[in-house]
Amino acid sequence: MCQVDEEYNGQLEHRVTPRVSKKCVKCKENTAVLIIRAGDAFCRGCFKEYFIHKFRAMLGKNRVIFPGEKVLLAVSGGPASSSMLSQVQEGLSRDAPKKLRFVPGIIYIDEGGASGQSMEERERAVAQLESVFRATNYHYHIVHLEQVLSLPSSVLEAGSSATEKPQTGSSYKAAVDQFIQTKKNQHPDFSVENAQSHLSSLSMQKVENGVTSPITPEHTQALQRLFASVRTLTAKEDLLYTLRQHLILHTARTQGYTKVMMGDSCSRLAIKLLSNISLGRGASLATDTGFSDPRYGDVVIVRPMRDYSSKEIAYYNRMFDIPSVFIPGLDTKAQDKASIQHLTESFVTKLQTDFPSTVKAFLLTLKNTKRKMPRVPVHLCERALGMLQGCMRIADVARAINCKTPKIALHGDRTDS
Amino acid sequence: MPVLCSSCAEKRAVLKRPKTAHSLCKECFFWAFEEEVHQTIVSAQLFKHGETVGIGASGGKDSTVLAHVMKVLNERYNYGLKLLLLSVDEGITGYRDDSLETVKRNQQQYELPLKIVSYEELYGWTMDAIVKQVGLKNNCTFCGVFRRQALDRGAMMLKVDKICTGHNADDVAETVLMNVLRGDIARLRRCTAISTASEGEGVVPRCKPLKYAYEKEIVLYAYFKKLDYFSTECIYSPNAYRGHARTFLKDLEAVRPSAIMDVIHSGENLSVREGVKMPVQGTCGRCGYISSQALCKSCVLLEGLNRGLPRLGIGKHHRLHEKILSQQPLTQEEERKLKAVDF
Repeated sequence: MCQVDEEYNGQLEHRVTPRVSKKCVKCKENTAVLIIRAGDAFCRGCFKEYFIHKFRAMLGKNRVIFPGEKVLLAVSGGPASSSMLSQVQEGLSRDAPKKLRFVPGIIYIDEGGASGQSMEERERAVAQLESVFRATNYHYHIVHLEQVLSLPSSVLEAGSSATEKPQTGSSYKAAVDQFIQTKKNQHPDFSVENAQSHLSSLSMQKVENGVTSPITPEHTQALQRLFASVRTLTAKEDLLYTLRQHLILHTARTQGYTKVMMGDSCSRLAIKLLSNISLGRGASLATDTGFSDPRYGDVVIVRPMRDYSSKEIAYYNRMFDIPSVFIPGLDTKAQDKASIQHLTESFVTKLQTDFPSTVKAFLLTLKNTKRKMPRVPVHLCERALGMLQGCMRIADVARAINCKTPKIALHGDRTDS
Repeated sequence: MPVLCSSCAEKRAVLKRPKTAHSLCKECFFWAFEEEVHQTIVSAQLFKHGETVGIGASGGKDSTVLAHVMKVLNERYNYGLKLLLLSVDEGITGYRDDSLETVKRNQQQYELPLKIVSYEELYGWTMDAIVKQVGLKNNCTFCGVFRRQALDRGAMMLKVDKICTGHNADDVAETVLMNVLRGDIARLRRCTAISTASEGEGVVPRCKPLKYAYEKEIVLYAYFKKLDYFSTECIYSPNAYRGHARTFLKDLEAVRPSAIMDVIHSGENLSVREGVKMPVQGTCGRCGYISSQALCKSCVLLEGLNRGLPRLGIGKHHRLHEKILSQQPLTQEEERKLKAVDF
């Protein structure tokens, strides 16, 4: 059995391994160049078509973007938001069939002050991104995070929504008409054609872009003091997210944008969902990670990249040379257990390799939940405080017991959910 | 300088509470733990005066602590309940037979009547025999479904009004996470309820008085009170999907101890969109137990085991229910799919 010249070849079984060098499943002619999902092989052309079609279908199915509307694209420089930017360019280009009709603007928030980068590094990143934005010929805004400290407190109020939310498919048309009507009342010479020609003329002239006022070192220090006062990394990341949202919201409101597009991919949203559950934010799950977030009233946040996994985005960016810039964040190179968000990220990615349908399964859970109406909406962090239920009561009890206060008289009735 | 108890400030602190990180002495910790369980019971109105309550006892730490605390609170606050112990023998050698000895000792220590029901007498199958047929992967389903019915049957034999189980905060949080990971909306809605619905014949309502008690605190309580319990894991558990949720939860607790309560809070506040199909409660066609399908799950599982088709209960099988009810033979194709998977 264990001799030197033993020949085993005849007895070994040959397993058929899935290979990339087979035919594309869609057109069945060209050879496939990549495999996505669970074994679907695509050739280059079909993959591009599939990718672009998904973006359009997402916008078309949900029908929240009105023609002629001003939409702010939140670009962080990472692969998903850069991909979103290129998709918008693709969709708005003249030769696209059934092209999208809205007026885009770009916003980039420079968070270097919070993550401890030096001024040179920040300027370098900003310069790289500016060259990308200039190539698109859209209006862009570069905002430094330090400015959030000088925002007026009116940013915390939820504005009234300008248009009625469309109830059924047929009233989308009614909503669009109403939107155009409102716009006409505000700007008498507004029309969809005008908006489109404005967009095309943007490519002719040099756009004056909003690079907001330069910041001083005192501002940066104030921001760093704010972040240093927060003790755990989990809370820091949370704070950063909230501040970023406020800044985007403020820019959108002052510049007249009514929609904001965020580049969260499917994997990123799954991680966000699970971290939100671990942080106790189950009540706002549907709006935090759903397609559209109408909590602010006059500005609606949409997430068109919701159905793309990080893998698809990475392949597309590489194959079609989409420029993206890597900017280190708060939790780059942190240990696994440094924060809840980071821990969730490593958990989900590991689980995804063992059970490939994990991410899809729990985004399905998400689709089936809805927003619980808050009794008292809390404006600061847009979280609904939720009803006083068992958990919170017990936490109060634990504290009370420990501080030797006289026993709290708890009501016998439970507020109904 | 010794750390003093943060509650009474007289004695030295002997432990740090996992839930709140307060340093407490032994007596204050016992009092805090028992008081919290009492508040859980009172605010959720779990029991009425004069009821007979069966405590699901496995001999493990949760059920031992539950039995002890229920006895203490029953006397201290005059709940007026009649308590008894109910135990289930799944037939897992090296695990269950040892823990049953512990339960018998508990019966003598707490002076509570005890009833043991076994899978062998109820269904004709022990877990060891089931695992031999099914394999190592899906056997937790069988054990859980059979145990639920076994507890109910035992409770009806003893004419009990309510069953209480020792599920702790970690268990509930793990269940929430597991149901989110699997996309199981129907269960997600029900799993955070502290007690099950109580209408219907043949259904004994069950509740979880330890729902907000951390597992670590239960262990500390049992250790300091020197309670007698059995502490080995079930030999089949390492392969369960629940293990992933459990590891994640333990890591979360290491980062932020309040995460367990936060997960439960999130689970309680999730609400389901209208128009999502929810299962409706009916009765099983064969045994009359409650069920949301034509046949209850344990009848389906038993049928599969008896016919040598162990995969009958795993996966989707609604269309086969009518066939099973009317005793029709299954086609060749269906039989092939339902046979055990070869490892």
